[in-house]
Order: sequence, then structure tokens, then C-alpha cells
Amino acid sequence: MTSPLPGEPQDWWSRHPAVVRGKRWLDSFTSLWRRSLQVRVATTATVISAVIVLIIGVFLVEQVAGGILRAKREAAISQARVGLESARSVLGGVDAGVVADVADAQQQIISNLTASGTSAGLFSIAIESSTVSSTPSAVAIPKALRRKVQQNTLAWQYAPVPAPATASAEERTVRGLIVGEPVSARTGLFELYYLFPLTAEQQTIALLQRTVWLSGAGLVLLIVGTSLLITRQVVRPVRVAARTASKLAAGDLSQRIRVRGSDDLARLGRSFNDMAGSLQRQIKRLEDLSRLQQRFTSDVSHELRTPLTTIRMASELLLAYREEFPGELARSVELLHTELDRFEALLADLLEISRYDAGAAKLDSETADLRGVVALAVQANEVLAMRHGSELIVNQPEEPVLVDMDSRRVERVLRNLLGNALDHGEGKPVEITIGWDENAAAVTVRDHGVGLRPGEAGLVFNRFWRGDTSRSRLTGGTGLGLAISLEDARLHDGWLQAWGQRRHGAQFRLTLPRRAGHTLLSSPLPLTPLDEED
Amino acid sequence: MRVVKPRVLVVDDDSALSEMLGIVLRNDGFEPAFVADGSRALGAFKEIKPDIVLLDLMLPGLSGIDVCRAIRAESGTPIIMLTAKGDTTDVVLGLESGADDYVVKPFKPRELVARMRARLRQHDDFVGETLTIGPPQSPVRIDVAGHQVTRDGHAVSLTPLEFDLLVALARKPRQVFTREVLLEQVWGYRHAADTRLVNVHVQRLRSKVERDPEKPEVVLTVRGVGYKAGPT
Repeated sequence: MTSPLPGEPQDWWSRHPAVVRGKRWLDSFTSLWRRSLQVRVATTATVISAVIVLIIGVFLVEQVAGGILRAKREAAISQARVGLESARSVLGGVDAGVVADVADAQQQIISNLTASGTSAGLFSIAIESSTVSSTPSAVAIPKALRRKVQQNTLAWQYAPVPAPATASAEERTVRGLIVGEPVSARTGLFELYYLFPLTAEQQTIALLQRTVWLSGAGLVLLIVGTSLLITRQVVRPVRVAARTASKLAAGDLSQRIRVRGSDDLARLGRSFNDMAGSLQRQIKRLEDLSRLQQRFTSDVSHELRTPLTTIRMASELLLAYREEFPGELARSVELLHTELDRFEALLADLLEISRYDAGAAKLDSETADLRGVVALAVQANEVLAMRHGSELIVNQPEEPVLVDMDSRRVERVLRNLLGNALDHGEGKPVEITIGWDENAAAVTVRDHGVGLRPGEAGLVFNRFWRGDTSRSRLTGGTGLGLAISLEDARLHDGWLQAWGQRRHGAQFRLTLPRRAGHTLLSSPLPLTPLDEED
Repeated sequence: MRVVKPRVLVVDDDSALSEMLGIVLRNDGFEPAFVADGSRALGAFKEIKPDIVLLDLMLPGLSGIDVCRAIRAESGTPIIMLTAKGDTTDVVLGLESGADDYVVKPFKPRELVARMRARLRQHDDFVGETLTIGPPQSPVRIDVAGHQVTRDGHAVSLTPLEFDLLVALARKPRQVFTREVLLEQVWGYRHAADTRLVNVHVQRLRSKVERDPEKPEVVLTVRGVGYKAGPT
């Protein structure tokens, strides 16, 4: 079959308003079922108790109704037996063919039987023979019963009988029991039928049924209510615990559950509080450690930097006069100076990364044009580019690319990526591309140098990782640059990723969300350069 | 003719650094004086009347921030902080307490001297110039030669740096200045530096010249770009 067209009959029902409503109701129930323990317990209790009540009810009604009817039947049959003699004597002389005689006989039998007293309740009788029928016109003696009686046996059957006088006018017949017995007379075989209306029994059974079903429904309601009450008692502390846990998770470590009594739930509350307490202590310890670390970092920073400043000034002074020193001394001054630069850079990077480790790094965000930041990073690397003989090519859009960012950090990332690209670019051009879309902005830095070996793209961000030690190194990198850059990108909720292939160069991509706090889903620029895709 | 050497007050508790700074500054034609204790800094400042102050942030006695505030309450003399911390909070706190600029230890002596020279630059080449900016009903008048700023007939007291910043913006009203350009023109940075310098000093300038610093009319922010002088 082809795809269904609108209005095609095969699923008309699925769009029917009632079906749609039903589905919606079912959906909301399903979700409620999944969400609420109380609903689950109550529903289960309802279903199970309803089934049990139904089974017991049916059994009970069946048993009692059967008993009532059996008693009635036995009484009716004994009535018939008792009446047999009297009927036989009355009917003995009646001509089966004479209607008037039969009617008289019927009256006679009734008065006889009534006089003899009865335990089987009200009844009327009918006499049938092959030629005469005194059965009231509203009812007919069932053929199956007549056949049995005609075969000269006492038989009974449930069948409609004429309504007794007490019944309402509209009802001409009511359910009843007919007992038939053969009475042999001189002129032939009469069939004598006792018609017992079962009105009283039916009323009793109906009353019984009503009572059973009503008390059953009451029982079900009671069970449901009880189960709701019990689950509520269990669920409420659990809900309180869940609420407290989520507050704890949100950072409010002072949250505790109020515990009463000493039952299982109180125990749950107490262990929960113990857990929260130990969590709080642990976090406080870590916070103290972090504060200590920050403090230490700050102190080391100050204590190291002041003498370093003095050394730096002294070395600058010596460097200024190096022409006047003999050769070896002059070279020593130069070495002192360059190594001091390296030492400084390393110290700065170490302090920066320890700030990240201590969680002390904070964003100083504002909206700025990414192109401006790129321009600054390019400007800062122009001298290095010249020394490597590499060209820096910037591909950027015409319009401003406004991004919420800490420009200082982003510029540092880009400066670092450019420095790396120039150091490893073997004098070939380095391309910087800016891309943006609605949610994100990206910068890629591409070089065409030695590239990366398989698997190295994930390693380059590791601290003090060195790719190829034989590479020319003019920047004297500290080995922490990319690690810091990665932290800077993460601080922005951004990405910093690397792609590289042996002898095809490498590409680094920085992606930043344009609005602070947004989650990145994609980058406007591909990580793998377009000309390298195959 | 004997050139008058600019007087420098160095407030630093590290004697080795102070001595080395003395050597470098004397070599570069300054006349340095030293004080190692924060609590004696203000007294020394009043006595020596320096042209510029180099101030360490971590000092015994009185903290660098407090010294900075005390000096700023007295005069607009340029203050350059010597800070060992690159942390945002310390730098911003120092700038907000009135420092004009800062150098992070370990600094290069040439860099420090360049910063100092930029702050000591004399603006005597604009004789007779008067600028007017701000809303027409309440303009800000700047007498460049007399280093005077008035608004609604009242003199506004600005530090030399704030004055330079205002003049730079007022000379080209309606032109948008990026923070980088302002850093170059006012602070004398040849390379990109900390744009927070600009932000903090624009806030300080606004608190003095604006009627409501929350709704600036004289120095306007151009989102994502920088600042410009308000319409005349």
C-alpha cells in the first residue's frame, strides 16, 4: 500500500476527536503513572481489590441465589407431589374433552391445594390435555416441559408465568418456575402445571446483589483510600528528601531534613542528613584548600616577582653596557637576559595555570568585535612572522562580529595559536579565518608546516607536551601556552580543537558562544580544512 | 640652561628593588626619593612634592590602595602602581582608588620609564584652545591651556589623566574612539594593553563631569566599539 493520503479510511479513527481525546488522556495518565509513586500504588490497589471483590461478589451472589432457587424448587416439587392425589381424584371423572369440566376441576384443585396449606408460596395452576388448555393466554407452557410431562414424568422448568395480582399492570408475565406432573384419568392423560412466580425470590436476589456490589465498591474505595494514605505517609518524607537533595545539589549545603521518631523513614532522613553533613565538610575542606592554594599562588607571585624585577632591571642595565664588556662576559649578559625572559614567561604561565587549577580564574566579559581582537593578535605576531618569513593572511567578514568575551583572554589564545603556527609553519603562509553564525563565532589558524602525527591532535593541549623537539623554536614557548588557551576557551564555555596531518600542516579552531552563558552546539567553521577533506 | 629633573617618589618596601629603581631612574634623568613604609608615604609626599609617584600595592603599615586614596584626596599627581598581581580585582581596585596606570612586576625598566614619561608629558602646545561638549543646555567647557574644566559655571576638578582623556574625546566630538586608540593617545601605550584602564578611568571621569553617571551625556559608550564625546 502506498503512503496514506489525508482522509484515507485506514486511519480515520486515529483522527477522530474522541480517539484524540482518549489518546491525550492516556498520555497524561502514562506520564502521571511514571512520575507519581502514589498514583502507581493507588491504581494497583484499585485494580487488584476490584478484581478480588468481583470474584468474591460473583461467587457469593451465585451461591446464595442458587440456594434460594433450589429451596423454592424443592418446595414447588413437594407441593406438586402433595397435590397429586387430590388432583387425581378431582380429575378422575372429568372428561378431557369438556372445557367447562376442566375449568371446574381446576377451581376444585386450587381450593383443595390452598386448603391443604402450602410452603411453596403463591401459585396458580394450569391443566393441559391433548384437547383442552386452561393455560392463561399470556403464557405458554414450554414445549420441552410438556414433552417431558407427556412422557409421564414430573418435570420443572424456569419460564415466564402470569403476573400475580400484586404486580404492576404493565407486567403481564414475570419470571417463574413451572412444575408439571402427569395426572392419569379415566378419559386420558391430564398435564397439571403449577406456575410459581419467582418475584419474591428475584427481589431477594436483587437485594442481595445490590448489597454485595455496594459493599464491594465501598471496600474498593476504602482500600484505595487506605493505600493513598499509606503511600502518602511514605512518599511525603521521600519527597522532602528529594527536594532537600536538589537544594543541596544547587549549592545550599546547609539544607537538612527534619527528622521525627525512629522508624525507617526517620532513619532515611538521619542518614541523608549525615551524608549532607559529610558532603558539606568535604566541600568546605576543598574550599579551604582552594583558598589556601590561591593564597599561596598569590604569595609566591608577589615574593618571586619582586626580586625578579630587581634582577630584570639589573640585567637590562648590564645589557645596555654589554659593548664595554669583554666577549665572554658580554655573551653571558645576553644569555642572562634571554633566559630571564624565559623564566619570566614560565613563571607567568605557571601562575596562570595554577589560578585555573584553583578555580580562581574569572571572566571579565564585554561585547567586542572579534575582528579587532584578531587584529591585535596578528599585530603582536608580526615581528615573529617576519623572522620566520611567513605571511599572515586574515580572512574576515565585512561586518563586525560581536561576541561577549574577555578580550584579553581571547587575544592571548589567538596570539598563542599564531605563535605556534608560525613556529611550526616552516615559513609557509599562516591563514587566519573568522566565521560566525547566529549563536557562535569561530577563528581558525591554519599552517602548512610539519603538521601533527595521528593521535597528536589530542595531546597538544597537555601541559609541557613537546611534539618534535627538533623543530625551530623562536618564541621559546613555555609548554603551557596551549593548556592555558584551552582553559581560557573553557572559561568562555567555548571550544579549542586541533586538527593536523603529517606534512599537511595543522589547524586550530577556537569557537565561542556569541552570548555569554549559551551552550555551543556547532561551530561556524569546519575543524578539518576544506582543501584537506577527501 | 639646567633642565629640572622630574621628582619621583618611590613607595616600596623592598630595599633591593628600591635601590635598583634608583639606579635606573637616575640613569634616565629622574630625581628619585624613597619611602618604605605605607604609613609614612603621605608625609613624604607632602614634603617632597613629587611630579609622579611609583607605588607598590603590598606595603607594611598602610596598604598601597589606602596610600593611593590618601594621595588622590590631596592632589592629582600621577600615580603608577607597581603590582605583583595580575588579578583583575587588585588591578581594578588600585585603579578605582585613583591610580593612573600600573605596571606588573617583573616589568622592563624601559616600559616603566615609558609609562612615567607618558604621564609627565606636558600639553603646552595647545595654547588658547577651548572645547565644548555635552548637551547644549548644560555643556562642559574645557580650557585646554589653563587645565580648567567647568560645567554649569562650576569648576570640575580632574586629575591630569582624566583631563587628558576628556580632551582626547572632546577634540573630535562624535568620533568613536576604541579603547586601544585611547590607550595609545592618553596612556602612551604603543602596544595593546589592558583596556580595563580605559573603563575604570571613564567611570571616574563620568562621576565628576556627568550629572547622572548612570545616564551619561558627556562621555557616551558605543557598545562593542568604545567611547565618544556627547553632542554639543
